[in-house]
Amino acid sequence: MADLSIDFCGIKSPNPFWLASAPPTDKAYNVVRAFEAGWGGVVWKTLGEDPPAVNVSSRYSAHYGKNREVIGFNNIELITDRSLEINLREITAVKKAWPDRAMIVSLMLPCEEAPWAAILPLVEATGADGIELNFGCPHGMPERGMGAAVGQVPEYVQMVTAWCKKHTRLPVIVKLTPNITDVRAPARAALAGGADAVSLINTVNSITHLDLDRMVAFPAVGNASTHGGYCGSAVKPIALNMVAEIARDPVTAGLPISGIGGIGNWRDAAEFIALGAGSVQVCTAAMLHGFRIVEEMKDGLARWMDEKGYADIAAFSRKAVPNTTDWKYLDMNFQTIAHIDQDKCIGCGKCFVACEDTSHQAIAQRIMENGARRYEVIRDECVGCNLCEITCPVEACIAMVPQETGKPYMNWTQDPRNPRAESRADAAVGQTTAVIEPA
Amino acid sequence: MIETLQHLPPAADSHGALAAQFTDLAPPLTSRQAAIEAARCLYCYDAPCMRACPTGIDVASFIRNIHDGNINGAAIGILKANIFGGSCARVCPTEILCEDACVRNHYAEREPVKIGLLQRHAVDNARFEGHPFARAPSTGKTIAVVGAGPAGLSCAHRLAMLGHDVVVFEAKPKAGGLNEYGIAKYKLPGDFAQQEVDFLLSIGGIDIQYGQALGDNLQLQDLHARFDAVFLGLGLGASRRLGLTGEDAPGLLAATDYIAALRQADDLSRLPVPRRAIVIGAGNTAIDMAVQLKRLGADEVTLVYRRGFDAMSATGHEIEIAKTNFVRIRTWASPLEVLFDGLGRVIGMRFEETRMDEGRLARTGAFIEIAADAVFKAIGQAMAPPSELDALAQELWRDGERIAVDGALRTRVPGIYAGGDCVALGQDLTVQAVQHGKLAALAIHNDILAGAAWPT
Repeated sequence: MADLSIDFCGIKSPNPFWLASAPPTDKAYNVVRAFEAGWGGVVWKTLGEDPPAVNVSSRYSAHYGKNREVIGFNNIELITDRSLEINLREITAVKKAWPDRAMIVSLMLPCEEAPWAAILPLVEATGADGIELNFGCPHGMPERGMGAAVGQVPEYVQMVTAWCKKHTRLPVIVKLTPNITDVRAPARAALAGGADAVSLINTVNSITHLDLDRMVAFPAVGNASTHGGYCGSAVKPIALNMVAEIARDPVTAGLPISGIGGIGNWRDAAEFIALGAGSVQVCTAAMLHGFRIVEEMKDGLARWMDEKGYADIAAFSRKAVPNTTDWKYLDMNFQTIAHIDQDKCIGCGKCFVACEDTSHQAIAQRIMENGARRYEVIRDECVGCNLCEITCPVEACIAMVPQETGKPYMNWTQDPRNPRAESRADAAVGQTTAVIEPA
Repeated sequence: MIETLQHLPPAADSHGALAAQFTDLAPPLTSRQAAIEAARCLYCYDAPCMRACPTGIDVASFIRNIHDGNINGAAIGILKANIFGGSCARVCPTEILCEDACVRNHYAEREPVKIGLLQRHAVDNARFEGHPFARAPSTGKTIAVVGAGPAGLSCAHRLAMLGHDVVVFEAKPKAGGLNEYGIAKYKLPGDFAQQEVDFLLSIGGIDIQYGQALGDNLQLQDLHARFDAVFLGLGLGASRRLGLTGEDAPGLLAATDYIAALRQADDLSRLPVPRRAIVIGAGNTAIDMAVQLKRLGADEVTLVYRRGFDAMSATGHEIEIAKTNFVRIRTWASPLEVLFDGLGRVIGMRFEETRMDEGRLARTGAFIEIAADAVFKAIGQAMAPPSELDALAQELWRDGERIAVDGALRTRVPGIYAGGDCVALGQDLTVQAVQHGKLAALAIHNDILAGAAWPT
């Protein structure tokens, strides 16, 4: 089987699956159960200054799918509400009992150097493998000048990172908030501050839904609510993009990334790794299903790697990064056309009505003699937008088929239709960046 | 009627034990089950299920409403197309209608959305303040409806909605027609049929007069003269005969008569129940009869049909019900002779085996005898002939076994409309009768508004 072990900025782990800093890593009991279940490492739930934070009730809420499956999840919990002394004692004991597992300690303190200088030696003394700076928590803590309030200001990110590098020899991972316009700015700041890695994303500001009788959002604390941090499967697309943005930014291209956000199975993990992550952090999936899901994640990832001939994580890490580019470098001459597999088609007409009402009228409905409906793509009208493929309830029934255009690669900067075409020189730079060639 | 079975012993069990055999064949969905099932609906474009429904219920829409927690909206969507949505959800052969058309029957899945059960969930769980449909301003017109079955009441309800007043004439002491008298008790248990009629009538403007039979104390000519229009929803009151000697002997009767007696019985333990019975026929009524006899405690019930399984008009689903209730099905046997004891009471039947010979049913010369205490005929229903005194009725009955109508349910006599089983249009199904009634009401309304096309 493929080798799942990783060395993430000096932190060794038997597999890339870490539990993210969150309720599952708040105390020794849970973390020991996680290690017994096979998790490669944990980021211990964020420690702060004493007195510890105080939480409210209730704290979680969910965005549900059609079958009440949880698509997204949100919480208004703060950092650990247990004392620093207890946490440090438990971290020490757990790390000692599980020396092969990655033990990273998440920290959140005010933007002053002294508290960081004071806490870092204590964390180092636990035997932990690294620290993660929580610059992402979107609720409660920003009101106190911490969490996302720091993560949203690149200068603060750089400053605090630098303090940490000064006061500890442990690798420093900077956890970034997605509640920002361009995630590359804090990532560059972290790098400038000396960060060994970044991790992302933290949770997204959110309100999942309301109680329309009481006119209050969830999670309801009495008769009021507040925005929480969104996570789970729903945020995966946001997280993947942000990971890719940092991975393909020339400034931060070499910065190790720990991917977080909606990772629930081996495929999600493989996608994050292919787009730039060196380790992946999981929380929501474990909270919804329990720790044992790591078994299927490890097994699935290893089997897929075997099938593909990837001997270790490094073998496919970042493989999709070069194929991720700016819109302007996409091939204007590439063309796909939808193809409907008539044997698989069940005749629901969803592709037809989607295309007819909202797209390009590129699907024809034919009523057969027996009354059955047959849907056919009108090739000349199809722009290859994918909407029919997306609306089709049958897997692999509608495929987007690349067309032989006979035309060479041409991006927007080179396109004569571009009224603001850039200089030839700029276009040439673009061509080296983009690797997608005509099919 | 059922007097011809009075020589048989009554059912062996108590009323309570027997009643337990006649509860819902298919239990209702819980809210959770309904939500899960509704989530399976793909919300197809121009959904095939809707096209397969004779009343054109927008199935995709009502299922989406169920999923979105809008149960009243779902029920309104059903009832505006089919005011008998509650009973149709229970008695419709969905396996050959909406559920057969469901795209999820495709070979990759082979599991249609349970549309019938979802429809029942919506109608049963809707809560309305009063009747959900308002009446249009009065037109001052009064329409006569003959027959308070699904066709007649559907017509009456739609006419009332359109602002007309309606007088319904019903021969039997209760309204509901087949739903009240002719459907297996386990399909429409309790007093659901009457509840549904009460709900339907709560729109107002509909007066039902009972004990009024066409050709008996009611003349079509008279109705035609007194009312602005007449709708005939007569059903098929007469059972076909076998054409054998002794057809009125003790122990031999029409299945529909027994089913009616069963449905109306206050005490099931007093029903005479044959130990061994033969049911002749291959339709859903034959199955209803055979299964109910088993549930009443009959030891052996044999359903006999002169052709093969493929030709049976009962649906596959119905045949499965028969099998799971241990009804014996004997195909390829044609009735030849009823066997009697010395007192002239049925003791069995003699059949001749049949086979297909170049596409035609042929006798083989081989015989079988099946012993039975009773024989039930379920070989189809026919329309009772009109009184010779009713000239106008004679006019309508002129061709064939059913009343001839055009696509808008108009008979050959202006001002008289007909629908349901008494016309040849469509299938003999409750849902079809409901649609006929609805369409006839619209035709009557339009014809009246277009100017009186007939004298009143």
